[in-house]
Amino acid sequence: MTGTGTRRLGRWLEIAAAWLLAVLWLAPLLYAFWAAFHPPQFATHFEPLAPLTLSNFTRAWSVAPFARYFLNTFMLVTLILALQFVLCTLAGFAFARFAFAGRNIAFALVLMQLMVMPEVLIVENYRTMARLDLVDTITGIGMPYFASAFGIFLLRQTFKTVPKELDEAARVEGCGMLQVLWRVYVPLARPTYLAYGLVSVSYHWNNFLWPLVITSSVETRPLTVGLAIFGAPESGVDWSVISAGTLMAVGPLLVAFLLFQRQFVQSFMHAGIK
Amino acid sequence: MHERRLAHVYGWLLLLPAAVLLVAFTHYPTVATLYDSLFSTATRLRPSTFVGLDNYRALGADPVFWQVVQNNFWFAVGTVPASIALAIAMALWVNGRLPGRALVRMAYFTPTVLPMIAVANIWLFFYTPEIGLLDKLVAAFGGSSHNWLGDPSTVLTCIIAMTIWKEAGFFMIFYLAALQSISPELREAATVEGASRWYYFRRILFPLLMPTTLFVLINALINAFKLVDHLFILTKGGPDNASNLLLYYIYEAAFSFFDTAYAATLTAVLLGFLAVMAVSQFFLFDRRIHYR
Repeated sequence: MTGTGTRRLGRWLEIAAAWLLAVLWLAPLLYAFWAAFHPPQFATHFEPLAPLTLSNFTRAWSVAPFARYFLNTFMLVTLILALQFVLCTLAGFAFARFAFAGRNIAFALVLMQLMVMPEVLIVENYRTMARLDLVDTITGIGMPYFASAFGIFLLRQTFKTVPKELDEAARVEGCGMLQVLWRVYVPLARPTYLAYGLVSVSYHWNNFLWPLVITSSVETRPLTVGLAIFGAPESGVDWSVISAGTLMAVGPLLVAFLLFQRQFVQSFMHAGIK
Repeated sequence: MHERRLAHVYGWLLLLPAAVLLVAFTHYPTVATLYDSLFSTATRLRPSTFVGLDNYRALGADPVFWQVVQNNFWFAVGTVPASIALAIAMALWVNGRLPGRALVRMAYFTPTVLPMIAVANIWLFFYTPEIGLLDKLVAAFGGSSHNWLGDPSTVLTCIIAMTIWKEAGFFMIFYLAALQSISPELREAATVEGASRWYYFRRILFPLLMPTTLFVLINALINAFKLVDHLFILTKGGPDNASNLLLYYIYEAAFSFFDTAYAATLTAVLLGFLAVMAVSQFFLFDRRIHYR
């Protein structure tokens, strides 16, 4: 009897711990919501009946060119994703279905990027961009990420599972190599594209260091870099406005995450276990 | 015969666009980093000249470099085991029968989708003396105000706490995926045999999760070198370099002090660390295969 008693107590303690951790994990975001939707004098003390306001958002919007930052981030993320899809599809297909000379060495060299990410090589990559005259352009921010080892790897794994018979059947029907890729392989890999797309978009929406280094004007800066400048103590805006700006910056991704929570979690899982 | 020769051509043609970009932005800069670390920084008066290992000697004599390496070591020690342990606990909870499971899972995972910069903006406020939440909490328990980020003895801990918060939920996903592939019959069998939950975890679950742990471990270690975004907001590496990390120091050397040769030398050291990890990963994963 005491055995089940302690076990039940243990179970309750565990549930309490799990929930406490969840509250702790949400607290920073909840706090940001509190500060953003209340007048500045309520930023540091909590009254349940404090008046709600949207003025922090309007002020944040007017202090920094957020509309432009949004546009830049949107263009950047779209550009990167489009090129990643094309390049990784072609390369993944090559690794999965063609026994070309040097395939294993080439694959090992590709995987090197998983360890040596472009973030580490900012100094040399900046020089390269200067030589290509791509400093302070959106192409320049995206270019080191167009060819993604992670994407190539994921698509190679997926393409390898496509039955050879389907491939051959399409060839017998008279499809060329690229047609086979487009008609047979790409449709079958749709879940992988979704998973990789979500991971890539959230990565580049949030990426900071390289965009900071390579951009120097409002016309190219993505949201993260704009937010860092906006939130710097020198900018002289108060907590409530910073919270509002921060929420605006994370807003689209956060809303997408809350709406498609299941897909997000499954995509990260799918991408992780391959 | 013809078919096989075509495979070479097609294979390389398909690979070519990605290969060109990978070489240009991963392999070439890696080699160029090592090469440039052997030259002096060009100034307006003096062009860059070959200096052999002089930059590495300067590095060895630079107290900031040693402090940064030390910080990075403690940052890794502070973040990696803690976030892995939390990730396992989270995954076990979320995978089990927990009331409000979906909500809890969402709470754990949310930090993953937020940019480090935005997160740092919020956490900065937690750590602010007097008005910050942490100070208010301390005051509620009768403690006195403390400048958490301004004190060299607490700043790194603050950074570590925030990083654990950011990372644990991300690693949880991998454990969740692993747990879902483990047959529930194992659990039943263990219960029938009278094994306690802790015994079941220690002797059955944890060993089964080993491949995941290795994978997460490597990722966490890479992140320990890669995550510096929050420093730009929270501390700028200060006070007095007490929270400076290697990649941030590289950024400072290159883009604040404009000493590109020294930045290249620092990058070479970072590449060295990553190479060590790549090699150990190779051996760890090799062992994992023997495990099975």
